[in-house]
Amino acid sequence: MTLERDDVAKIAHLARLAVSEAELDALRGELSGILDLVEQMEALDTAGIAPMAHPLEMHQRLRPDVVTEENRREQYQAVAPLVERGLYLVPRVIE
Amino acid sequence: MEWETVIGLEIHAQLTTRSKIFSGASTAFGAEPNTQACLVDLGFPGVLPVLNEQAVRKAVLFGTAIEAEIARRSVFARKNYFYPDLPKGYQISQYELPIVGRGHVEILLEGGAVKRIGVTRAHLEEDAGKSLHEDFHGYTGIDLNRAGTPLLEIVSEPDLRSAKEAVAYAKKIHQIVTYLGICDGNMQEGSFRMDANVSVRPRGEEKLGTRTELKNLNSFRFLERAINFEVERQIDLLESGSAVVQETRLYDAQKDETRSMRTKEEANDYRYFPDPDLLPLVVDDAFIEETVRDMPELPEARRRRFEEQYGLSPYDADVLTASRAAADYYEGVVAVAGDAKLAANWMMVELYGALNKAGLELSESPLSAEALGGLVLRIADDTISGKIAKSVFEEMWASGRSADAIIEEKGLKQITDSGAIEAIVDEVLAENAAQVENYRNADPKKQPKMLGFFVGQVMKKSQGKANPKQVNELLRKKLAG
Amino acid sequence: MSALHQKSLRELAAGLAAREFSSVELAEHFLQRIRAFDHDLNCLITVCDKEALRQAGLADERIQKGEGGPLTGIPLIHKDIFCTRGVKTSCGSFMLDNFVSPYDATVVERLAGAGMVMLGKANMDEFAMGSSNETSHYGPVKNPWDTERVPGGSSGGSAAAVAARLAPAATGTDTGGSIRQPAALCGITGLKPTYGRVSRWGMIAFASSLDQAGPMARSAEDCALLLAAMAGFDEKDSTSANRPVDDYAAALEASVKGVRIGMVKEFFEEGLDAGMAAAMDEAMAALKKLGAELVEVSLPHSKYSVPAYYVVAPAECSSNLARFDGVRFGHRCKEPKDLEDLYKRSRSEGFGAEVKRRIMIGTYALSAGYYDAYYLKAQQVRQVIADDFREAFRRVDLLLGPASPETAFRLGEKSSDPVAMYLSDIYTIAVNLAGLPALSMPAPLVEGLPAGLQLIGNYFEEGRLLNVAHQLQRTTDWHLQTPGGYA
Repeated sequence: MTLERDDVAKIAHLARLAVSEAELDALRGELSGILDLVEQMEALDTAGIAPMAHPLEMHQRLRPDVVTEENRREQYQAVAPLVERGLYLVPRVIE
Repeated sequence: MEWETVIGLEIHAQLTTRSKIFSGASTAFGAEPNTQACLVDLGFPGVLPVLNEQAVRKAVLFGTAIEAEIARRSVFARKNYFYPDLPKGYQISQYELPIVGRGHVEILLEGGAVKRIGVTRAHLEEDAGKSLHEDFHGYTGIDLNRAGTPLLEIVSEPDLRSAKEAVAYAKKIHQIVTYLGICDGNMQEGSFRMDANVSVRPRGEEKLGTRTELKNLNSFRFLERAINFEVERQIDLLESGSAVVQETRLYDAQKDETRSMRTKEEANDYRYFPDPDLLPLVVDDAFIEETVRDMPELPEARRRRFEEQYGLSPYDADVLTASRAAADYYEGVVAVAGDAKLAANWMMVELYGALNKAGLELSESPLSAEALGGLVLRIADDTISGKIAKSVFEEMWASGRSADAIIEEKGLKQITDSGAIEAIVDEVLAENAAQVENYRNADPKKQPKMLGFFVGQVMKKSQGKANPKQVNELLRKKLAG
Repeated sequence: MSALHQKSLRELAAGLAAREFSSVELAEHFLQRIRAFDHDLNCLITVCDKEALRQAGLADERIQKGEGGPLTGIPLIHKDIFCTRGVKTSCGSFMLDNFVSPYDATVVERLAGAGMVMLGKANMDEFAMGSSNETSHYGPVKNPWDTERVPGGSSGGSAAAVAARLAPAATGTDTGGSIRQPAALCGITGLKPTYGRVSRWGMIAFASSLDQAGPMARSAEDCALLLAAMAGFDEKDSTSANRPVDDYAAALEASVKGVRIGMVKEFFEEGLDAGMAAAMDEAMAALKKLGAELVEVSLPHSKYSVPAYYVVAPAECSSNLARFDGVRFGHRCKEPKDLEDLYKRSRSEGFGAEVKRRIMIGTYALSAGYYDAYYLKAQQVRQVIADDFREAFRRVDLLLGPASPETAFRLGEKSSDPVAMYLSDIYTIAVNLAGLPALSMPAPLVEGLPAGLQLIGNYFEEGRLLNVAHQLQRTTDWHLQTPGGYA
């Protein structure tokens, strides 16, 4: 699979990564190389095989509905880049 | 051209669990920002989700109530997108395999016809946080207290044909989730949120028109108005030769219009995939049985029971089962008062009238069901007359005191002692000899009407406390001579 | 008496119990070695001198009161992927350079509970994405056997530190070989347990359905003691296996006689270095001598494991790493002009090139129109690979092969070619896709460099793996060889 520059730009945007024009070409080559490796899978016929999402055949365990957490805002926000009055701040979101 | 409206609703009902769907943080509403957001809710590096049992049980209750198939195996998936109120960069939801499959509800159309509305699916997911846009000098503040609150997203088929039908359906779902006690239904706090997919097509056409998604419909009234506005807008567009653009539109209640959300977001690519941190959710028969064993009575069943057990009219039964709170209140009144019909009248006429006048909800009533029951009981057992009861009711409403205390203090107890009543009757007859004479000479057909005068005099003399039935009987007997 | 840093965990515990030395002395000894050697090796991102001595003091009190266990007072290093409360937890990334975790990972909590003393946090490939430790924001780790060479990755700092005797034990994580391959390249013993055996709570996720934490030490016996403390059900991890933990120490002593070991045919074909093949032969001969039966088995679809892995792992990572957005923790760009700028610059500045490549591959594989061809297909391939193992374990008790196709390569040799780098994990990745336990242990040196023998067990048979490895280590001395200058 050979990706086009536009494909790379689109993927970068979906992943919220800034990629400069200069980087696009290098990435295009690298990612296409990885996809070539990945596409070796195509040689294997997997028709009718159930996809495996988890290594173990276990089921989801359920947690009792109990409040176990207390307010630790101060500790958790100690590592936050920008907070004010207990809120995390981001550049204004327009709706 | 004649147009047909096609509407489908997506309803997000917050489930009434104590803790969040994947963490042990509290779901209580109204806390200080970010004080109920734990490591899991904040999406800290290295944290993992564990599913809340009650969220699953509540979804099973809903599925059972709408006669849907409960998926024995359902899967949680990640819906990936970036937004500041979505801490992990993905929302844990259910995609290909939801817990509740196809079901249905019935709504009552104007004119009394019943229409069945399909529910495509209902799935469990986590709520996002809130963005606060007010003055943060160019910033938006993020509060993640709500992040991780369990939601049941209920998706209808595009079976609704008018704003009124949409409202009837939304009310029905609201009634079901509140009856089941799985959602508090509080729309101001966002516990019950509606989005509408609206399109129009020429009548008779099978193909659906281009739809728009309306957001921010936080009351039934807004739901109705937003749909009506949007239908008009779409018809105007089509009739003027333009096309409807598939987009998300926000309802602005102040301006009563919908407008396009100006997001720069290109067509979303949510990259759903099974969440590797969660395993398939398996629900077996025993789990379902255990869950529905204590299932509260649903509105339809309760309405029918009210008719049969209490002898109520279909109308009264409908009004009194409109909400679980009303039905519970009514049964609380009956439990004390005994007389079911009298209880229904007093609740629907006096109580609802007073609430309406005061602009209060039933949940805010100054009178408890027991208190009202205590008043109705005193009417039923002839302690006071209906007329006296009205003044007692007013007193109770104002002071919060019990009916018995008021009756006792004010000496309002009815006079049922026949000797005492006879003495008053005799007094009245003696004082009004001329009227007695007239009565006795009158045409027997006119006599019942004339009796009212004497009844009024006796009641006046007894300060309204004489038992009217006894007064009537005694007067008739004595006037007959 | 051997130097403190050459003692096994059992010897250290015995020495502590007999008051031959204290935990504080032990911690000081290893901290001294870290000061002496780590400038060259770059094994640690953070050294916790004060905290280590404090913990050691507490351990000494426990031992004095007779409340010590087999690990009490023994120092270790945690891979910097484990959250450690109050201590920087970087995951090898600039993104988390400023991140001090407010909580402990379950692994950290359990080992601390057992009385172990944390000396510091080990260097690693950024977010565990790499096979050479060259993707770390903190610079590459050097292999103590030859500082021109890589230690392997991603748990390269842990492996090199144990090999250089800077700590008697370390923790690692293994998503596609990240414990076994560096263990092989550094000449130590490292075990990746069955998926679900060790809690993932507090272990910064790379690929959630593949990640598994495990012990890295100098012998199978040491690993057994460590695993016993690390393993077990954790209610905070939905994928944690709710089953009792075997008595690994007791399992060590069983005889290997009659144990059927399958040589994985595909792991001995083209691509395997000749010297490596010879080392494997020597190790297999030793196993036969112990009475093990060796047979050839096939994992016919193992060649698809690398392709499938490079869909599953990046897909999961692309989602797992979306939380690093500059809002609640981690790097945030300066003066973002809008929300999109905040996201894009924070992430682009915070992540290194390899992490970005994998995020992009994963994003692509999950995107509309490609999901079936990539992600779903990879999940199916994963099933086929798991079935291969299931089939093999019908015939044998364990599987055997090299842990890596070659000995440690030179720094920079593969760092410009992602695909060549990915192929250094060809013998380890299938195990992660299936979720099986496997270990790497030293085989005879190849031209003066360590070679790793890999043993793969059936689900939850860590005890059997450790048993066979231990019996082999009882009769050989490959695991005792120390890189020159570190004895």
